[in-house]
Amino acid sequence: MEQPEQKIKLTMPETSTEAAGKQDDGFAGASVFEARNVSCYYSAFRAVTDVSLTIYEHEITAFIGPSGCGKTTVLRTLNRMNDLVVGARVEGEIFYRGASLYERSVSPIAVRRRIGMVFQKPNPFPKSIYDNIAYGPRINGIRSKGRLDEIVERSLRQAALWDEVKDRLNKSALGMSGGQQQRLCIARTLSVEPDVILMDEPCSALDPIATGKIEDLMHEIKSRYTIVIVTHNMQQATRVSDRTAFYSVLRDDKSDTRTGVLVEYGRTQQIFEDPHDTRTQAYVTGRVG
Amino acid sequence: MSTGVQADPAKSAGSASSLTRRRPLGDRGFQVLALVAGLLVLAILIGIAVSTAQQGADWFSTAGFKGIFSTVWDVGNNQFGMMAFVYGTVISSVIAIIIAVPVSLGVALLLTEVVPRRWGQPIIVIIDLLAVVPSVVWGLWGILVLEPWIEPIYASIASGVNGIPVLDNLFGESNGGVSGASFFTCGLILAIMITPIITSLAREVIATVPAIDKEGAYALGATRWEMIRGAVWPHSQAGVVGAILVGLGRAMGETIAAALVIGSSVQVTSHLFVPGYSIPAVIANQFGESSGEFRSALIGLGLVLFVITIIVNLVARGVVERSARRSRGA
Amino acid sequence: MAVVSDQPTIDLREPGGWRRSKNQIATVLMYVAFVIILIPLGLVIFEVIAKGAKAISWQFLTNSTIPPNVMPLGQGGMGAAVVGTLEITAFAAVIAVPLGILGAVYINEYGGGGKSWLSGLISFMSNVMVGVPSIVMGLFIFTVWVIPHGLTGLSGFAGSLALACLMLPLVIRSTYEMLRLVPDHLREASYALGATKSRVTLTVVLPSAISGIVSGSLLAIARAAGETAPLLFTIGLVESTNSNLFSGPTTALPSQIFSNALSPYVGAEERAWGAALTLIVIAFILLFVARIFTARFTRYAR
Repeated sequence: MEQPEQKIKLTMPETSTEAAGKQDDGFAGASVFEARNVSCYYSAFRAVTDVSLTIYEHEITAFIGPSGCGKTTVLRTLNRMNDLVVGARVEGEIFYRGASLYERSVSPIAVRRRIGMVFQKPNPFPKSIYDNIAYGPRINGIRSKGRLDEIVERSLRQAALWDEVKDRLNKSALGMSGGQQQRLCIARTLSVEPDVILMDEPCSALDPIATGKIEDLMHEIKSRYTIVIVTHNMQQATRVSDRTAFYSVLRDDKSDTRTGVLVEYGRTQQIFEDPHDTRTQAYVTGRVG
Repeated sequence: MSTGVQADPAKSAGSASSLTRRRPLGDRGFQVLALVAGLLVLAILIGIAVSTAQQGADWFSTAGFKGIFSTVWDVGNNQFGMMAFVYGTVISSVIAIIIAVPVSLGVALLLTEVVPRRWGQPIIVIIDLLAVVPSVVWGLWGILVLEPWIEPIYASIASGVNGIPVLDNLFGESNGGVSGASFFTCGLILAIMITPIITSLAREVIATVPAIDKEGAYALGATRWEMIRGAVWPHSQAGVVGAILVGLGRAMGETIAAALVIGSSVQVTSHLFVPGYSIPAVIANQFGESSGEFRSALIGLGLVLFVITIIVNLVARGVVERSARRSRGA
Repeated sequence: MAVVSDQPTIDLREPGGWRRSKNQIATVLMYVAFVIILIPLGLVIFEVIAKGAKAISWQFLTNSTIPPNVMPLGQGGMGAAVVGTLEITAFAAVIAVPLGILGAVYINEYGGGGKSWLSGLISFMSNVMVGVPSIVMGLFIFTVWVIPHGLTGLSGFAGSLALACLMLPLVIRSTYEMLRLVPDHLREASYALGATKSRVTLTVVLPSAISGIVSGSLLAIARAAGETAPLLFTIGLVESTNSNLFSGPTTALPSQIFSNALSPYVGAEERAWGAALTLIVIAFILLFVARIFTARFTRYAR
């Protein structure tokens, strides 16, 4: 790892990934992601510094923190979506089930099939509901109508949307409400049977009832997938997640630079009830935004 | 608040009456001027329609509606059937569209999806250069350089398809053999000329596809081409069709290049490698020597061309506006 | 230390064969499309320079007597046509540019950018008018101007009218796009100081959009300079300079190229190439200057 010229003092206490693993009550499953000293750059701007953590299988992990702390940036490195941004660069290592994600021979397309993403604003294609869900399987070579029908129904059932739309699969997806559209996007992600689902503030554009439906959904599918969710809403983090990572902004007044850092990572209960870092405590108790 | 003294309305700016003072003359004048300038557009369009109809009435009174559909064009005997020219206009424009559309869309996609912003600039410059070459220069190049070069190619294609059913009718020899000046050559030159406009309109449309939709496709593990088919195409479909129609309108109205390379021969035939004629070409070539009913017929042809291109452009703009409205609302 | 668990290794390489090939073929085809448009551009520029350069000389550009077609190169010159093109196009610009700007001002400033039915109609119709063939413009001016004036109707002025009809919708459209980009808060600041609408437009809106407006107008002028069809029936064809725009027929570069192109004589052909080179140079210069203004506009607009 490169040493920055101005040493940014990181007051990371011992309780981080190591401690989370040690203090555990044996609930940690296989590790799905392992990030080691990951820093993300957008051209010369260092958005995130020195993040190390492990994401465990069949858990819901929440990334929380104030705006600009880099939690979305870190999320997007997990499925190589930052490749789409000109000038984006990742240093450090990220392992996905043992395989390095950023090695030369790795294809982002293969990565994204296994690691799906749901976005902040629902973004269904301007096509029918059926075609939205069928898009993923189709590009992966599945042509037979029988199988596609099967996949569409399965995905919509998993997303708790089937009963609402089963009679209008051929209607445009844009005619649905915001909450339905977001569940459609989740169903679309599920249609390619990924391993991991990344969610970038999926409920921020939705009303509380729609939000509740999606949170229920997350609980239901957790046993089959691994979920990482970025959220602004701390209550949501406590409602859905098993583990929480708290990020914050580190300001270096001398060089007037800001960068995001991982402050604390542990079981959700511990983070909210017994935070070890003062910054975590300030954030979760609402003293700091 | 009442005081003993009434505010004098004739006095200064502080009083309420100055708020209702009428707009200064210069301001109203400016607005009128702007309005007149805008109305000029409508006036010219109406003027074109009326004046050409008036002049063409002479021809129309003899030939009537069936004159539009007749293919007999015999100046000596005062027979002025328009169909051959309508046919030539349509055929050469269709050829132009078939050639230009894949190329234009390819370049438009190249600029919007493939090439990083900085390297897109030289490509845009090239398209602008292509657009600004005057049509008469394309015509000159077409008649003096392209025609002699392409004629032997036509000849070998023609002999190659000799006897093969459909291809022979299109690309085979007609009674006069093949000619460098032909429907196809005209279509080719028109294609070169309309490519820049289709490309830039298509680019505008494709650029309005929201980035989040593209990300959604990528997040499902799509390759770039799959993303284009899944996210870009459904959004930009209508707009691209509109762009193509605008290009079609341009091709139909292009005069000078067509006049020089289409071959100036009045005939309706399926063979593409033979000389033909189009509406703007015949007007350009024959107007000087025309008079009386002949001239009236030519002006009538001008009206027909005007109506056709107006309709094509109305449809094109309608389609583009509707898709723009939909994507803004969605 | 968190354990890198011993799971079976994941294969993250490119998806197999067909998907990848389709993607690559598509990308290649897009580049091919670009090469395809390079070819005619390159060819035409090459030919025009190769064949036209030998005709170009000071005499060619300024000598005001255009020789008959049969004469070889070296006699006379295209000066008459150069003067004609410059005069006719310039006058057309004088008519079309202010009117076009005013029209766009009406649509955007007085019509709410197309909201009122009239401005919406005018805006829509000027877009449609862009697609009217240039020869129709020529016929229009012929019928409303030349015919009523009899033979004296043929003049540079008539040609300018026809070109102005061609330029008007182009100027309206590009100016309108520029006016739309001027942020409302600039207008509001001016209104808040008590300015009338005309003053706001003339002193704030137009100046801030001026680079873009100039650029759009230059492109319209470049287009007009290269047009032949509107001139065919309006200016006639002469062999010597007529610098009086308002009386008597005249000639212009595109007209000369057109008539020479059909001539079988070598001299005429060579003169046509020379005139074509001159015309292309004029058009490219206008384009180049227009792009400089566009760059200035986008820089200041940030």
